[in-house]
Amino acid sequence: MSENMITMTIDGVACQAKEGEYILNVARANAIFIPAICYLTRCSPTLACRICLVEADGKRVYACNAKAKDGMEVLTSNQEILEERKAIMQVYDVNHPLQCGVCDQSGSCELQNYTLELSVDTQPYVIADTTREAKNWSSVLHYDPGLCIVCERCVTVCKDMIGDAAITTGARGGVELDKEYKESMPKDAYSMWNKLQKSVITPSNDTDSTNCSDCGECIAVCPVGALVSRDFVYTTNSWELTKVPATCAHCSSGCQIYYETKPTSIENRDQKIYRVTNEWNYLSLCGAGRFGYDFENRVVAKNEVAFRVAIDAIKSAQAIRFTSVITNEEALMLQTLKEKLGVKLFNTEAKAFQNFMSSYTTHSGNMLFGGNIKEMMQTSDFIISIGSSLRNDNPNVRYLFNNIQKLNKGAGLYFHPVGDSLITSMGKNITQIEHKVGTEEAILYWILDQFADKEKLPSEINEYITSFHEVSKKTITEKVITDVTETVVDAETGESKEIVKKVTTNVEKEIEVVANRLLDILDAPADFDATLEKYLGKKENFSLVLGEDLYFHSQVKNLAHLVALIEEFTPFSVAIIPPRTNSLGVALLCELDDDMNDDKITTVGYNTIGDFVLSSLGNGDLDMPAMNQQEGTLTNMHKRVVPTNAAVSYHGYELNDIMNELGFGQDLTVDWTSLLPTGRGFKSVDFDSLPNGYTNSGEENRGYRLENKTTKSTSSIPTKIVTSDISGEILYRCNPQRQFNEFTDKAHQIFEEFALYVSKEKAEMLGDKATLEINNKEFTLPVVVDDRMSGDIIKLPDFKHSHEIYTHFGDSRFKSTTIRKA
Amino acid sequence: MNEIRKEDERVKGTQEYVLLDLSHSPETGFDQFAQVVKRTFGKELFVGLWVTLREMGSTLFGKGKHTVSYPLEKMPIAPRYRAIHDMLRLLESGNYRCIGCGLCEKICISNCIAMDTKYDENQRKEVSEYTINFGRCIFCGYCAEVCPELAIVHGGRYENASEQRASFSLFEDMLKPIDMLTQQKEFDGFGAVSPNADENIKKTPLAY
Ligand code: SF4
Ligand code: SF4
Ligand code: SF4
Ligand code: SF4
Ligand code: SF4
Ligand code: FES
Repeated sequence: MSENMITMTIDGVACQAKEGEYILNVARANAIFIPAICYLTRCSPTLACRICLVEADGKRVYACNAKAKDGMEVLTSNQEILEERKAIMQVYDVNHPLQCGVCDQSGSCELQNYTLELSVDTQPYVIADTTREAKNWSSVLHYDPGLCIVCERCVTVCKDMIGDAAITTGARGGVELDKEYKESMPKDAYSMWNKLQKSVITPSNDTDSTNCSDCGECIAVCPVGALVSRDFVYTTNSWELTKVPATCAHCSSGCQIYYETKPTSIENRDQKIYRVTNEWNYLSLCGAGRFGYDFENRVVAKNEVAFRVAIDAIKSAQAIRFTSVITNEEALMLQTLKEKLGVKLFNTEAKAFQNFMSSYTTHSGNMLFGGNIKEMMQTSDFIISIGSSLRNDNPNVRYLFNNIQKLNKGAGLYFHPVGDSLITSMGKNITQIEHKVGTEEAILYWILDQFADKEKLPSEINEYITSFHEVSKKTITEKVITDVTETVVDAETGESKEIVKKVTTNVEKEIEVVANRLLDILDAPADFDATLEKYLGKKENFSLVLGEDLYFHSQVKNLAHLVALIEEFTPFSVAIIPPRTNSLGVALLCELDDDMNDDKITTVGYNTIGDFVLSSLGNGDLDMPAMNQQEGTLTNMHKRVVPTNAAVSYHGYELNDIMNELGFGQDLTVDWTSLLPTGRGFKSVDFDSLPNGYTNSGEENRGYRLENKTTKSTSSIPTKIVTSDISGEILYRCNPQRQFNEFTDKAHQIFEEFALYVSKEKAEMLGDKATLEINNKEFTLPVVVDDRMSGDIIKLPDFKHSHEIYTHFGDSRFKSTTIRKA
Repeated sequence: MNEIRKEDERVKGTQEYVLLDLSHSPETGFDQFAQVVKRTFGKELFVGLWVTLREMGSTLFGKGKHTVSYPLEKMPIAPRYRAIHDMLRLLESGNYRCIGCGLCEKICISNCIAMDTKYDENQRKEVSEYTINFGRCIFCGYCAEVCPELAIVHGGRYENASEQRASFSLFEDMLKPIDMLTQQKEFDGFGAVSPNADENIKKTPLAY
């Protein structure tokens, strides 16, 4: 990727741009309008609509796929182009049902907008229509082909961004275009129509259902009302909705979302969230964020009795146990309670993450990891993922993995004990290494071996790595091509000529082969070295993403140490993914204690188990507002502190009320925002001054970026690989897609159940229901086939805290168990 | 006097003034007294009273009546008058015309229209409830004008007295009763299709 800046002019305006940037993006960044329908920023151009036609240096080009060159002069329209565009819109309007009156997209429809923009007022084209039935593709997707303009945005986003590639263009079965049109109408409009008339969108697995991640991103990008969520169809007009800019509270990606609200009904005038939308050009949501929005805790009045009990409970509690679904402000309040009242703070996932991060900081000298997911997406062409079930843990990291394959011609290595066919389907250059449980250290050592600058790497480490090299001699047959010069005499002229001939001979040769035993530890495929060599050709920008398996690991300290070394000595930029929503914020703000789950300790639970429970779910002893009912900030994996807002009313007590009662409070919860400690990278800024949006050029303008703090690193040598022995049936603590916590579970459109998720083969052995035993406790759970999983490992979710799954798993995400058919 | 009339005739044309043969006003004190006695004891008083009584009878019960006997009788309302809204039905199917497009809700200047819609079993948009808050409605007629389906119109119902200012009308209150469908008339008032509408549009070509 060249970073060369160039200057070009668009409609006479001088624009600075990166060389190789698409003209359309340059124009957008400079606030110059070029109509465009099918192009999606961050995805490859499909050239379906052809409306982005412009004139560049006198030639007609498509702005969405023509690259900017230095000195280029672009005209966004001329008479011919305008005619072409108008004809394109007229073609789109042929047989488009006149049902704007009921259509869900009316008012925010790009077909309406461009029809008006290009002043289409007559229809010169005509063709017989084809019957196309509306269909439900999945539990959330509703597709009406009658409205579809086959711009393929849904197909593109699903393939290039989401990675499911669950939908594709199929045959429409419409009549052929009249040949006459070829002569009589503008040429781009004709070829667009020719293609349009032949296609509709269908699930790509030849069935009627997409069987996909149900992320709803295809719905978001659809310019018309063809793709709508089943729950939303015909419930409201888009202009009636109020957009509340917020931050998704389900995972550490902390995506920007808009809660779109309107009164519940004619009788009930309380605001209700009708849907969640996003800036789809700049960020993609997952199904949890898009459909898991109605988790609010409707509380109509303050319960003073419960409040008094809560105050006493907190005063007498020895510990507060909480989850990472909490704002920075609340985390700071809890830390204040710790300082003032001496209570302990328990948060299993954040504590594990904190342990990892503190070891990382000790060895790297950095408070925060260096990698940036958004930059990786733009530039990286080689990615390694370790310790994360990408499909389930963090959707945006999975999108990153996919996008690198699709847009940057990248390659990827996916290290995980549980095989996942979705990941390998994302590109041709992906290898999945289903390593043994607990061998993550070996992976990190292997990366050092393969990529580190050996000159700089401390010699002890070098020696240790080299000790895994096994040099063996091998005889191979090599083809050797030699030039042989012959003298021939030309029969006619009698002249003698020298001719050079190539002769191939087979030569036996003995070579040294270096086998890396680290790869044996990892069960890497036999031809791994060759594959890797192929992958690494012309690669320049390396990314490493690390997940939760590393924080819940007996060797957590050493793993973090190795990560620090990788960041220092290899070209990899490293992103460490916080396990839950605000685990990073909690880890930075709270001094957490080890939770021994000691029954003798009196605890107050905040959205989790405790002797007294504060609950945003509505099932505790005192109600608290849920994330869609409060203002505050979250710290996400992009190392940003981002604001969220209240979309739904709440009339009960908040944590700040408790703080006030105890005498440590602030006027408002958001008054805590400016008190977030600058020593931990936060800024002392007012909540109300935090922006939450994107600029025209796609720059993220949300909250502020956490500042990295550096300390002196201690140089020491990481310990050797310790392999743990885990045998028998293995459980992996992992939530199904779209399910992150009890809040997603409460949402009515998320129904992935609390069950055992297994591969198809495993399900055949287990039947419909199975009983398993962990720590002498039996669970009988339904067995659900996850047809993208492979291998024997069983996934057990942790999203219901009443099951205390975290406690049972202890300091690992894997656990051996016994299991039988129920 | 005649001199002057002639002068007038020259100026104003043919105007025929007639001098009334009025009795002379009483001049002396006695004359005045005599007139009072005559009027007081003569029957003139009763003539006056009778006339009043007769006219009263006629205006109240007879031919002389000039007012409408509201509430027994109501004036016909002009088509363009804007009273309480009616929701019309399709004459063919009897189905309500409203498609739930929400344009009336959007345009309403006093923000007093609300509606609930949903996706029904026939894959259509169903208007499950529709309401106008007549405590706020200013009867501007914008809703009727914007309605693309000629579904919401102003009807003739103007009796709006109620116990509270904000009284609502629900869909069923405004919807033309199905048994009165045959009496439904096409609305002539606000937002109705103009008589020359056909001349003003260009037809979309159809391939079948
Ligand atoms: S919901 Fe997501 S995964 Fe499914 S088809 Fe749409 S974009 Fe693809
Ligand atoms: S469904 Fe929507 S996004 Fe997909 S091709 Fe049709 S119009 Fe485009
Ligand atoms: S759950 Fe995570 S990836 Fe999904 S929308 Fe929310 S923050 Fe984004
Ligand atoms: S008449 Fe005017 S104020 Fe009344 S409902 Fe219609 S648009 Fe609203
Ligand atoms: S404008 Fe007419 S069709 Fe649309 S919602 Fe209002 S009454 Fe119904
Ligand atoms: S936006 Fe360029 S071809 Fe559609």
